[in-house]
Order: sequence, then C-alpha cells, then structure tokens
Amino acid sequence: MTWAPAFLSNPERFMAFSRWAAPMFGVIAAGLAVAGLYLGFTAPEDYQQGHTVRIMFIHVPAAQLGMFAYACLGVASFLSLIFRHALADAAAQAAAPLGAAFTFLALVTGSLWGRPMWGTWWVWDGRLTSVLVLFLLYIAYIALRASMDDEAKAARAGAILALVGVINLPIIHYSVEWWNSLHQGSSLFAKGGPAMSTVFLVPLLLMSLAYMSAFGSLWLVRIRGEVWRRRAEAAALRAAAG
Amino acid sequence: MSRLLALLGRETALAWGRGGGPLVAVGFYAGVATLLPLAIGPEPQRLAAIATGAAWVALALASLLSLERLFERDYEDGALDLLTLSPTPLELTCFVKCLGQWLATGAPLAAAAPVAALGLGAPLELAPLIFGCALLGGLAFAFMGGIGAALSLGARRGGLLTAVIVLPLFAPPVIFGGGAMDSFVSGLPWRGGLALLGAYAAAAVALGPLAMAAACRNALS
Repeated sequence: MTWAPAFLSNPERFMAFSRWAAPMFGVIAAGLAVAGLYLGFTAPEDYQQGHTVRIMFIHVPAAQLGMFAYACLGVASFLSLIFRHALADAAAQAAAPLGAAFTFLALVTGSLWGRPMWGTWWVWDGRLTSVLVLFLLYIAYIALRASMDDEAKAARAGAILALVGVINLPIIHYSVEWWNSLHQGSSLFAKGGPAMSTVFLVPLLLMSLAYMSAFGSLWLVRIRGEVWRRRAEAAALRAAAG
Repeated sequence: MSRLLALLGRETALAWGRGGGPLVAVGFYAGVATLLPLAIGPEPQRLAAIATGAAWVALALASLLSLERLFERDYEDGALDLLTLSPTPLELTCFVKCLGQWLATGAPLAAAAPVAALGLGAPLELAPLIFGCALLGGLAFAFMGGIGAALSLGARRGGLLTAVIVLPLFAPPVIFGGGAMDSFVSGLPWRGGLALLGAYAAAAVALGPLAMAAACRNALS
C-alpha cells in the first residue's frame, strides 16, 4: 500500500487525521443541511407535486448515498481482501450499517412521497425494487459478519460477499429496470444538463453535499470506534495472558 | 480428468443418496405448489394468471434446500481439507460440487416444474419452455447458491444465513426466466429473456467457483 496516502493507511496517522476531520465534516454537513433545508422549504410549490416536492431534498440524496456507500464498501473490501489491510476492513465494516440506514431512509421517504403522488405506498417498479434488493444485500453482509465469531474469517468472508455484490449490483439494477419501470428517470443527470429549475436544483445539490459530508463524518467516527474496540480487545487479551 | 469424474460421481451420489436427495427437493416443491391454491383460491382463471410465476419462484426456493449441506458436510468431517490438498485446483473442485448438486436436485426439479405449472393451470405449449428455463435457472441457482453456502461455512445458523445471502442474488435469473415465460404466454418475443437467463447462468458457472474457492480457503485457514 505504498501508493496510499499515509493518513489513510497508517493507523496512527489515520487516528490523528480523523480526530479533527470527523467533527469538521460534521460541522460542514450541519451548515449545508441548514442552508439546504431553508432553501428547500422556502422554495415555491411545484406546479404538479405541490408541497410533496420537498420530500425530494431528503429522498434523492439518501438514495445517492445508499449506492455510494456500497461503492465505498466494495473498494474497502477489495483493499482488505488483496492487501489484508486492517484499516480497510474496519472501513468496510463501518460503511455497511451506514449504507443500510441511508438506503432504508430512501425507501421510507420514497414511500411517503409515493402515497400522495402515485396513490400507493409501494409499487413493484424497477428502481424501487433494485433499491430494495440493495438494502437486502446490506442486510446479508451485516448478517454474515455478525454470525461469525472469528473476526479475521468474518472480515474475509464479508469482503468476498461484498465483491460478489458489486459484480451483481449492475446486473440486478438493469434486470429490474428491464422488468418494469414506472419511477421517473434521473432529472439531475439528464441529457443536456439538469432538467430542473434552479430553485429546486440549488437546495438539492446543497442537501446532496450535506449528506455526503454527514456520511464522511459518521464513517470516520465509526472507523475510529472500530479501531478503539479492536485495541481494547487486544489489550484485554494481553492482560488475560498475564 | 478421471479425478474430476470420480469427484463428480461422489458428489452426485452423496447428493442423490443421503437424506432423500432429490425426493426431498421435489417433495418440498410439490408442497409449495399445493399450498398456493389453498392460499389464493381454487378459481382456475386466478390460478392460471399466477401459475408460471408461482411455479418459477417455488423452484428458486426449492433449490435452496440442499445448499446447506453442499460444503458443510465436507467441512465438518474434514473431507474439504483433503479436497484442498489434492492437485486439482479448489476452483475446479467447487465447480464439480455445484455440478453434482445441479444433477442431483436441479435436474429432477426441472422435470417436476412443468408438472407443477400445468397443475396450476399454465397452458400445455409452455411446458418445454418451463423445462428449459428450469434447467438453465437451476444451473444459475446452484452456482450462485454455492457462493452463499461456502461463505456461511463456520457461521452460526448457516442454513438461514445461506438463504439471506443468496436470495437477493437470485433476483436476475428469476426476472429473466419469469419474463421469458410471461412473454411466451402473452404471445410476445420470449427468446430474449431465455438468452439473458442463459447468459446469467454461464456467468455464474464461470465466476461462481472463484468466489466459492476463496470462501472455502478462508473457512479452512
């Protein structure tokens, strides 16, 4: 891992770096969220969706983060599997519950939006279903790690499963799209620029950045917790050995 | 080659002979297919609308059944250690194990699938396509399922864990096979779905053993 910056690969440096980086990202996230929510709630009503358009500011970034966290989980798993790097494994372990939480938030807010807009809490639509499958993949990863006592084995088994999931996610996504799609296409990454007026676009982007910073902050905090837990465990073992 | 054939013979015999083999899987399949009309109601039109889908998803569930023992048995009695020591690469060994699993449960289930679907009210012309989908789908289920079985080696509650790991990964083959059969019934082009199912099965057969072997090595380390 000579190519990786030392503040990420060296546990001592990482702890020193994350000590100030985690709260910093947290403060950035809070600031951006206040601005984004203020602009979001003062934005005019959408001519079709009315007030429910405001759910988008919570929903869309959550869905983005749900997928982004799986990408982080995949990269961290790859590094932990190939280089057997302990920090990478702690990062993978820390990312999974966060990703599951963001995915769950996306499902719940989507459902709340679907009730007034589509007239139903849930439809078996392509994008909804593929997010649900993503949530199930997170559950499988967490369940696999939780059911193994040997931490080194749990780490490697989890990494293999995460990589199998990374290969399968695009296939699942496109197969489900092919199966049935009702959800509107992406307005942010539409051809010829975002298909959305600025009053909605600005708060959405602010909220996206806020979610991203919040994820960064929480991820660092969880990795720190994991490192501390492992250190405490090692110290307890040393003490028990006399 | 003879080593692989001997291994295939052993795997198939173990899967076929011990604990009822295909009888249990087919029995489970028949049980699920019997419960469905009881839950949904006996009206032929209503049943016919869901016949292919129900038969298809019951097949996916039935192929989960014997996965638990695919690696667990050899892991517990030490045979997996011996298989790892043999000059045959572990990847090939895993491939042969899944192939044996498919021969012993996937193929009998594929033979039972058209019967169950017809019993639920699917049209007779659909029978060959159901059989084909079940054969290909069974291959995908066996090889993707093998990954779950190998990963949950040494875990507590391995059987349930295997199902939790594997079921989300079953989504694409279930969609492709179900789509092909649905299109056939509505008179739409159905070859695309079948081709995608075949492609998924081929990818599972090619890549699955790599993940299985890595998981087995990890469990034995």
